[in-house]
Amino acid sequence: MERLASSARRDPYGSRINRVKSPLREYTVPYASIMLGSLLPILFLADVMPVVPPLGYLFLLAWRIMRPGVLPLWIGVPLGAFDDLFSGQPFGSAVLLWSLTMIALEALEQRFPWRGFWQDWFTASLAAIVYILAAMVVSGADLSLPLLLACLPQIVLAILLYPLVSRMVAWLDRFRLSRTRRIG
Amino acid sequence: MAPSSSRRTGFSKKQQYSVFTGYLFASLGALLGLGLLALSLWQPSTFQPLRGPATDAVAPVGEATAAVRSGGNSVWDTISGYWRAGSQNADLRREVKLARIRLAEAEAQAVENQRLKALLSLSQSEAEPIAVTRLVGSSASSSRRFAYIGKGSSDGVEIGMPVHSERGVVGRVLEVARGSARVLLLTDSESVLPVRRASDQTVAFAEGRGDGLLRIRLINLGLNPLEEGDVFVTSGAGGYYRPGVAVAVLSELTPDGGIARLIADPSSTNYVMIEPIYEPLAVEAAGVRARDELTDEELRD
Repeated sequence: MERLASSARRDPYGSRINRVKSPLREYTVPYASIMLGSLLPILFLADVMPVVPPLGYLFLLAWRIMRPGVLPLWIGVPLGAFDDLFSGQPFGSAVLLWSLTMIALEALEQRFPWRGFWQDWFTASLAAIVYILAAMVVSGADLSLPLLLACLPQIVLAILLYPLVSRMVAWLDRFRLSRTRRIG
Repeated sequence: MAPSSSRRTGFSKKQQYSVFTGYLFASLGALLGLGLLALSLWQPSTFQPLRGPATDAVAPVGEATAAVRSGGNSVWDTISGYWRAGSQNADLRREVKLARIRLAEAEAQAVENQRLKALLSLSQSEAEPIAVTRLVGSSASSSRRFAYIGKGSSDGVEIGMPVHSERGVVGRVLEVARGSARVLLLTDSESVLPVRRASDQTVAFAEGRGDGLLRIRLINLGLNPLEEGDVFVTSGAGGYYRPGVAVAVLSELTPDGGIARLIADPSSTNYVMIEPIYEPLAVEAAGVRARDELTDEELRD
């Protein structure tokens, strides 16, 4: 009888026998990471200009683009409402913009089902730019040229941060689906 | 990654309905968001009962990061202090000598001041601060400039109270929850502060531009008397801020005033003081709303 090499009994997610993924992790990790992203910017002290990119939104984009089907289409409403509690924007701005993002990305996916990372990065950058500008318009601030110039660093940072966020989402996804529970 | 095949509906009625409901809910959600947004732009305080407890919950974490932040600042200061220690030391010695002389002069003037005030039987109006706390966070990803403090209504903080650091004005309390409060920083584009030039009585408004600078708009138009380097202090008009607190230094001249830099950088201060409203009666009498700012029309009047 052939014996399996001991390394073949394991895969990157752990032992292949008697293990299932944890339902808790499976269903909470995406939402928890997005909500954590919404919470983080409040801890930075930005008195001069917006410097921290909207991390919650970047996480939402990354989850939506990299793992379609994980987030339901309407998830922009509850997660956006949570983001609005902490972002300093008028309540409802993220509810509106995140919902529109989810619908737009869904439509985009119908058109381009197969994409590479560069296309994803382009999509996410475009979405982030539109989001930051739209959020500025609805924030209730006096729109002026200095205000527009002040949000450029934030836009650049958001674009540069997307690859990092997508790697984190990939790692979180592996963590989400890793086999944890012994059955039987 | 391609969409999973479960999202293709095919002929399954159930699948088609579930995709349709998804779209329906998302669109309804967007409409709901639009409604909420319109409501909160129209009545900014509507959702304060929701936001308040949320910031209350985050404030303790913010306290920790604020402590780390100020610690980090001082570490950086220590390191950069070593860099030019020698020349800096000599400069500082010279400055201290001058400062001692000025201090003596100032003491003499303070005594004289007190004597004159006693003659006029004016009372000293140095109010005790309501609370001393740290700025625990800010709206760092939004284009509005709000900061959060870890003291709220349970500590006696009320809407409209001025927030000072040891260097000057930082902002004004905009919303109060039980254990935290939201502060409108001077750099926010909706913030308007009545100021005057420290050297004379030239009055102006200091408006935030949203990019960290203040726009100084003179009230009396005509020949622009300002010069670069002029220091502006609060004028006390409106009744919120006590007069004579440092606000900004003029860095650039414009036809109707100038562009000024803040004196009290909120990010470089460790502690801020929440002071009582300078003249609550004046605020009430002026009918200036405690919550929102003067509109452009009102400024022009």
